[in-house]
Parts: sequence; structure tokens; C-alpha cells
Amino acid sequence: MSHSEKATIFNKNEAKVNWHNKALWFVREKRDTAAHKVKGWEYLRELASGIKANVLSNLDEYLVEFEKNALKKNIKVHWASSAEEHNAIVHKILADKKAKKVVKSKSMLTEECHLNSYLEEKGIEIIDTDLGERIVQLAKEPPSHIVLPAIHKTKEEVDELFQEHLGTTPSNGNPEYLTNEARKHLRQKFIEADAAITGVNFAIAETGGFVVCTNEGNADMGAHLAPVHIACMGIEKIIPKEEHLGVFLRLLARSATGQPITTYSSHFNTAAPGTEMHVVIVDNGRTEQLSREDFRSSLHCIRCGACMNTCPIYRRSGGHSYDTTIPGPIGSILSPGKDLKKHSSLPFASTLCGSCSNVCPVKINIHEQLYKWRQLVTKDVKQPFIKKSILKIAGIVLSKPKLFSLAGKSARFMLKYAPRFMVYSNLNAWGNARELPEVKNQNFDEWYKVKRKNHG
Amino acid sequence: MKVGLFIPCYINQLYPQVAIATLELLEKLDVDVSYPSTQTCCGQPLGNSGYEEDSKGACQLFVENFKEYDYIVGPSGSCIYHVKKHFDILEQTPDVIKVRNNAYELCEFIVKILGKIDLGAQFTHKVGLHKSCHGLRGLHLGSCSERMDAHFSTEEDLLNNVKGLELMSLTRKDECCGFGGTFSVFEEAISVKMGKDRIQDHLDNGVEVITGADHSCLMHLEGLINRNNQPLKVMHIAEILNSSI
Repeated sequence: MSHSEKATIFNKNEAKVNWHNKALWFVREKRDTAAHKVKGWEYLRELASGIKANVLSNLDEYLVEFEKNALKKNIKVHWASSAEEHNAIVHKILADKKAKKVVKSKSMLTEECHLNSYLEEKGIEIIDTDLGERIVQLAKEPPSHIVLPAIHKTKEEVDELFQEHLGTTPSNGNPEYLTNEARKHLRQKFIEADAAITGVNFAIAETGGFVVCTNEGNADMGAHLAPVHIACMGIEKIIPKEEHLGVFLRLLARSATGQPITTYSSHFNTAAPGTEMHVVIVDNGRTEQLSREDFRSSLHCIRCGACMNTCPIYRRSGGHSYDTTIPGPIGSILSPGKDLKKHSSLPFASTLCGSCSNVCPVKINIHEQLYKWRQLVTKDVKQPFIKKSILKIAGIVLSKPKLFSLAGKSARFMLKYAPRFMVYSNLNAWGNARELPEVKNQNFDEWYKVKRKNHG
Repeated sequence: MKVGLFIPCYINQLYPQVAIATLELLEKLDVDVSYPSTQTCCGQPLGNSGYEEDSKGACQLFVENFKEYDYIVGPSGSCIYHVKKHFDILEQTPDVIKVRNNAYELCEFIVKILGKIDLGAQFTHKVGLHKSCHGLRGLHLGSCSERMDAHFSTEEDLLNNVKGLELMSLTRKDECCGFGGTFSVFEEAISVKMGKDRIQDHLDNGVEVITGADHSCLMHLEGLINRNNQPLKVMHIAEILNSSI
């Protein structure tokens, strides 16, 4: 199904759309307030964008530098060119340690690689420990937002879900009670875990260490309790120096949730005595995206989710309408690079309003890339016959003033004199909910010829 | 100073009163303005739909029509933005470069080039300004709510100088209305919902007349208002600025 078909279904429940829109707009406003408090916010974005551009231009060197320094600190480094390789590497590390129970903090990369289902098929229990992620895991759904994975669920829905899976008593969606129950449930999982998987927000080439940001402390709890820590990262997560964290950590949480900083910004620099620390570095299509000049800067993304919160379409269509691991504006420029045909409707799920590009802390020109993907979609993916024909004919008409004049006259004639049932039919998506403009007797061309005879 | 009046295709065909107001306003401001009669469209509907290649004829024709003028002025931010931003698909001849550099949205032309904000207009109504995205974020007609820049607005400067006009403050200052060209039909459900929400914001804040510098957004909002019989009038900013000078 296309984005518009899924969004139409989501819009059947207008009250829920209103709630979703309001909840995310609230986060957008918190972001505005937080950003206003930082002097030189726009300069900070400029810096972050510059650092990321430098990283992407020298990725090979930074990655090798990172590996060299990580190895010195007893961190094992693995390289995966694809999702399959990533999953196999993670499985081998777990199998070598005979790990059967795994806890995992938020990692969009492991979502992208579908690691959970892969490990479950191999008989390994994998528990998402971020509360929102745990909620969607119990509901057997993918996250609908990268920072707020269960934002599409109301607290009442979570109540029912917990009754079914965690044996809680009905509470009318009492958030405090439900959170405490989730906490108890997850505590047990942390204690039992044989291994912990985390994502990586920033990997530092200069030190060989990496930083993981969470609000719940679940990455730390997992990594410190389990004898094995596996951190999974895309190749673009590298930053050159530790001091660059001073730019990115200031931008990340403010852009994401309006907090000055995430509750936990944990620096992992070496394995604790008697434990193992692994980093899996994954390509999975990223170098291909890097090779596309127009779309390269999409790899600047630090996964803050600000573009989703601000996007008027995302807020009213819900993350699942995008049918990709990363939804919203950023997902709509990343996903076509992976499978243009499957995701061909996403570049069109936008009015090109440009709000996403303005909130992006690393200054990705998202709306301009959406426009560029559109040009490629119409070339490479078969388009509906009617849409294609209309636009091709329009191209010819608009290049010939006489044809344009004739077409304008006929269209206005039709709109003026055709019976209402013909104009407002199923063929006219404009007219389902909107009136067409009232047609005047003259167009401007005609008026000008009469009224300004001496000109033109 | 010779100014070529650019009237977007849909305004020419469906909203001649907006084109007339634009022309009259420029004439009253003593601008030497004329309307090249063989103009059609800037090509934006094609480009935004992914058929940029097929729009080259229209873009080239646009350049031919306007290359002799010192300025090209039109009452539509998004069309002007398209000329400035997306005419990179043409070979960048001196004519193409000249046309792209000298294309101005009407309000921007009046404020920046003519240096006027008080046009002597009178309009005694409570007005809500819809800041269309391409004018706002594309042409930078004003500051945007996402960026931490000092506040300014070309259209507000003009409207605040209209006698009797009360400019109403909105809850969401610059959210998109959901028109988006072919988006309005291919993503109909979202488009309609976005439009309804925008209109509600104006109603909640006591607006009587919605105005803006881009009539395509206004066409979408007006379509919804008329279908739902809501107590709002829709007028292009040129019509307000041209009233009782």
C-alpha cells in the first residue's frame, strides 16, 4: 500500500489524528523553547553540518582510525557489509558465549536489520528495554517514531497490552502504575541477561570509544550487568574527535525532545574486567547512498526525530503509514535509496513545505532531496497511466501559448456549465471535500486585452 | 524600470480579480508595468510532480517572455520560488540567469525594491495571514518559527500599515495548509485534514478574512470553507493592499 492509502486509513479516526498531531506538536514546541535558550543555535547547526560533511568525505580514514584505537582498548571490532552479515556476526558472538537471553536498548540499526526476528528464530530471547520499544515489541509492531516508538498508542491501549502480556490489573491507563509494572518486568530481564546489545549515537575516531544516549538508563543497566556488550552502529556514526561531542550533544536532545541533554549520555571506552565489548560497524546500503551526490547529506542524520515532530504530514498520517524502519521526512529520503520501487510513494508524502530542513540540527536539505527523488521515481518506477499522461500533455500545452489559451477556455467552460454531478465525481479527488473555484466570465488575458489596449 | 507582470496560470484562468488587483496596485505605485501576453506557466506543477524534464518547454517560454524586463513580478510566492530555485534545469544562459535573479514575489518587490510599506490602503476587518511555505521558507519573506532568527515579515509590514486592518495572531504561526500542488489530490485525506486544521486556527482566533501571498494555498482553503459553509472570506493580499488607495 502507498503512503496515501495508509494515511487515508489512519485518518478514518479523526480524534486519534488530532491527538497524534497535538502530542507531536507539543514536542516540537518544547524543541523551539529549548533551542531559543541556546545562543548561536543556528551557528551550532552550521558547525554540526560541517563536521558531518567532513566525516563523510573522509569516512574511510576515520573508520580505520576508530578501529585501531578501539582495539587498543580491548574493544573488538567487526565489519558487516549488509544486514545479513550484521545479524550473523551478532549471532556468532552470542553463540560463542552460549548466550540465550539478551536485552537490547534502542537501536534503529538493529530494527533496520530485523535483528530481533533473526535471533528469535535461532532460539534466543531478545527483549527491548526502552519502554516505548518494549510496548511495540509486545504489540508485535514496528516503532512508529524513532525517538517515541509507541507514540501511536494511547495509554489506554498500553493498559490493555500490559494486562495481556505482563498480567497487570486494569488501571484506566494510569501511566505511573503502568511504568512501575514495566520497570519490575524489565528489572528481571536485566538481571537474567547473558548479553546486552546497544546502539551507538557517536563513535569517536580519536579515542576508539563510543557514546550512547538514553533517557531511561536502560543501555547502561544492560551493558553493566551483562558479561557481553555488543554495540551496533552504521558507518556514518563516526565523529572525528571527542570535543565534537560538545556540538552534537547540545543539539541532539534539544532537537529530539526539548531537553537540554539526555538523562544519560554514557561514554563506553573499554570493557570492564572479565567482560567483553564488541562494536559491529555496518554499511547496509550506506556507501551506495554516499555515492549519490544529491542525497549524500542524508547520512548526516543523528536520529533526533525533529523532522517527524514538525512534519504536518507525519503528524497526521502516523509513522506506520510510511512502512519503513525510519518514517517521516528523513525516512522518505533514505528509504528510496534502498528500494526505489517499494518506497516510491514516500517522496510524494510531502508538500515540500521545508519545515523539516529548518529544524534539522545537521542541516539536511530534506525537502530539496524529496523533490529530487520525485524526478527519479517518475523515470524509474512505472507511474499510473492517467497521472503520467495528464502531466506529459500539460508539459506540451504549457509550452504553447495558443494551446494554453484554448485549454484554459475549455476548462473554464466545463467548470461553469457542466452539471455538478459531472464535476464532483469520483474522478475529482479535489471535489470530495472541497468546492472548486467559482468561474468568472473573463480570464485575465481577455480582461487585459480589453482594458489595456495600448500594452502587450 | 520596466516590470513584466507574471500572472500564474491558475490565477489567469480562475482568479482574474487577483491579477487585476496586482496590476492596478503596481500602476498606482507608479511602476512601468506590462503583461507579456504569450505567458503560460512557470512549470512548477510538473516539477513538483516529478516531471521536471517535461517542463523545460514551459520554463524556456517563461524566459523568452520575460528576458527583456528589469524585474519580473508575480502575486505568487511558490511560482517565483520555482523560477529562482528550479530553473537550474535549463542551460544557464545570460537570459536565464537574468530572469532568475530578477524574479520577485509582489510583496517582496514592493518592500525591498520600491522601499514602501505604507501603500495608503484601507480595509476594516480582522485579518489572518497565511504564510505560505514557499514564500516563507523558500523566498525568506519572513522569519520562520523553526529558526532562531530575529522576527520579521514582509507581508505583516504591509498589512500593519493598512488603515483599519486588525492583524490577528494565530496559534500555529506558519504551519503548511496542505495544498502542495498535486499533493492535494494524490494525498487527499491528509491535504484536507491539514486545510481544515489551518482554517480552525483562524476561526479560533477571531479572523474574518484569510489572506496570503500565494493564491494556490488560498484556493485550497477557500474550497474547504465554501464546502463547509464557514464564516470566513478569502482574499489575496494584493486585493487588500489595492483596496481604496
